[in-house]
Order: sequence, then C-alpha cells, then structure tokens
Amino acid sequence: MRNRLLTIFLGFLMVSVPLFAHHGAAAYDTSKKITVKATVTEWFWANPHCFLRFDAKDDKGNVVHWATEASNPSDMVNLGWSKQTFKPGDEITVTFTPVKNGQPIGRIQQVVLANGQTLSARVVL
Amino acid sequence: MFRFSLASTIALVPMLMLASLVRAQTAPSQQAGAVKDQKAAPAPRHDISGIWDPGNGGIQPLGPQAMPEDGKPEHRVPYTPLGLEALDAHKPSNGIRSVLPAETNDPVVYCDPQGFPREDLYELRTTQILQTPQKVVLLYQFNKIWRVVWTDGREFPKDPEPRWFGYSVGKWANDYTFVVQTWGTDERTWIDRAGRPHSGDLRVEERFHRADHGTLELTVTIDDPKMYTKPWVALDRLRFELQPPNYDVREMICSPSEFAEYNKLIGTPASDKDRQ
Repeated sequence: MRNRLLTIFLGFLMVSVPLFAHHGAAAYDTSKKITVKATVTEWFWANPHCFLRFDAKDDKGNVVHWATEASNPSDMVNLGWSKQTFKPGDEITVTFTPVKNGQPIGRIQQVVLANGQTLSARVVL
Repeated sequence: MFRFSLASTIALVPMLMLASLVRAQTAPSQQAGAVKDQKAAPAPRHDISGIWDPGNGGIQPLGPQAMPEDGKPEHRVPYTPLGLEALDAHKPSNGIRSVLPAETNDPVVYCDPQGFPREDLYELRTTQILQTPQKVVLLYQFNKIWRVVWTDGREFPKDPEPRWFGYSVGKWANDYTFVVQTWGTDERTWIDRAGRPHSGDLRVEERFHRADHGTLELTVTIDDPKMYTKPWVALDRLRFELQPPNYDVREMICSPSEFAEYNKLIGTPASDKDRQ
C-alpha cells in the first residue's frame, strides 16, 4: 500500500457509527484508521455528502492527493462543522477510514484543526 | 378531484409555513420557557401538530428500526417467493447485502424520491406536522418532501394512479392516536434502505401516538400480500421529541449535480475492483 508511513490503527468501532448512510460502507476497510498531517486543498460543502481534499506525504516523501467524504451539511452542523471550517492551505491532522482498493480515498472520522480544536464526524446511536 | 386537491394543497403549504414563521417572531427566551412548560403539560386532544425530532434513531441505515436487515433471524421479514425475487434484484449499498457505491441500484442514491413508506423508514429527520380541519400535512426535512393526509372523511380512489407517496387518509382512533392508511404507491420505490420491495397492492398503516405533550410515537405496519406472507411491523413506537416552535429546520437535499461530483471524485474510484 502506498501510504505505509501513515499511522494505521486497527480498531473495531462498536460504540459509535458513521452518519454516512447514503452510500454505505462496502468500499471501505472499516477495520483501519489512518491519521495524517495534511494541508487542505478543498472543502466542498454539498449534499448528499461534503468532502474534504487534502495533500499529505507518503513514506517516500511524495505528496498524495486525498479525497475524503463526510456527511451531509445538516449532520455536520450538528457536530460543530460549517462551510467555513476549512480553507485551502489550512494545516490539519485528519483521521479517516481508507477504501479497500488502495485509492487515495477515505471517509473522515475526525479532524484536529491548527488551533487544536477537534471535530468528530461520528455520532453515537 | 385529486387535481383540485393537489392544487389546493400546494397553495396551502406556503400559507401555513408563513403562519408558522409569524409565530416564530416571539422572543427565543420566552419560547424556551414556554416549551419547557408545554412539555410538562398534558397532551392535547386530537393534536399531533408541531416540530418533531426523532434524533439519530430516524436515520435507519440498515433498514427500519424494528426490522433492520442485520442477519438476525428475528429480523427476517416474511417474504413470498415473489418478494424474495424482487429483493434479489435490489442492490443496496448498506447492510448485509451491500454492494460497492458504483454498483447499487438504490433509487434514492441517485436522488430519486424516497416515496412512501420509505420516507418513514430511512432518513426520517425533523418532521413538521400541520393540521387543518380537512387534512394533516407532514413536512419532512430529508429532500424537503411534504405529504397530505386527508381527514375530511373521503374514501380512497377506486383505481388510483400510482404516486411516489401514495394516497393517505387519516382518522383519530382515540384522543391521542391518529391512524393513517396509505395505498396507491409507486412500485419503483423501495420500502427501506435494505432494498425490501413492495407491489402496487401495498397498504401501510401509521399510528401516531401522542404519548405526552412532548412525545410522539410512530408505529408503521407493512401489509403487501404479493411480497409478504403476513403484515410486519417496521417501526415500533419510534420516539419523536417536540421542538420549540421557532426551531429552524435545515435543508437536507439530494442534489444530482453534487452527487455527480461526489461520484466522480469518490464513488467511482472507490468502486474500482481492478485496483483491489
């Protein structure tokens, strides 16, 4: 896998579940979480899913262009996110679930902003 | 008759929403206190109006609250052979039969209307209920859908042209329970996120029970002899909490153009099996 340097945690997420009901989880390796320091390139506030694009370096120092999805704006607002949460160039630490096929695509779990604020993208049902 | 009904309803909804907005001009602090007092008050008779929130329990990504498709035997709905065949043709992107995003044929993923009863059984979010002497109007957050439930004593049409949301009539079973019957639904819709099917013979019963002033409970029963050998309960007293009258319900709309952008960037490459 192209991002071995990224921190990978194995975990079983029984307490909380993602809000992303619209497209399901079949494409994702839900046993994995990746945490990486990144630079925001785009924050797209959209229905049915917001998505965040960012750049992060892999283990060889190459920049990888990631695309990660979040939930719909209504849910994200309830979790403390907004259309103004990110702008291009923001430095963040993002945790996400990767897809199974190795593409640089993921589903956001959590973001830590440059000011230290943590935003979760998950909800307890 | 129904052309007139539809037109009158379209005209009515903005007027009712305007009336609601006028009420919302009351100072928020006064409203918060009033709502607290209201919740402690006895339930009003023959009244389910208000802004109701089912919380996250209404999302129902694996299928309806009382019957999720999670592989447990007790959640196996009683399919007929035709029902099983129809189920097999539906490819959901959630649950134990889930497929990759690019392979699903769930109409809602492509921003088609959810239809009824799926409006109750998937992405059931904040719901505003308005009452007039002739009808009860339900305004749903997800996709900004509205339904009309006639309470003027009319009968169902004899041979209804199918509608995404069917035809609904309602009656008060007692002072606190409003019962809605719906049929004439469009066969193209799925009953739930899991892809359970229905035929044009589907009949749905909704029981809205005002448990107390601040609590509404919804029970939904599915009856479709072509697809199921017996009726089954999809929602069992799903709980809604009354919200303040000035509660601002946010937009939640499936946008086809934004979905296309999502698919281009995430859905399609995430489904690329050649990369696996």
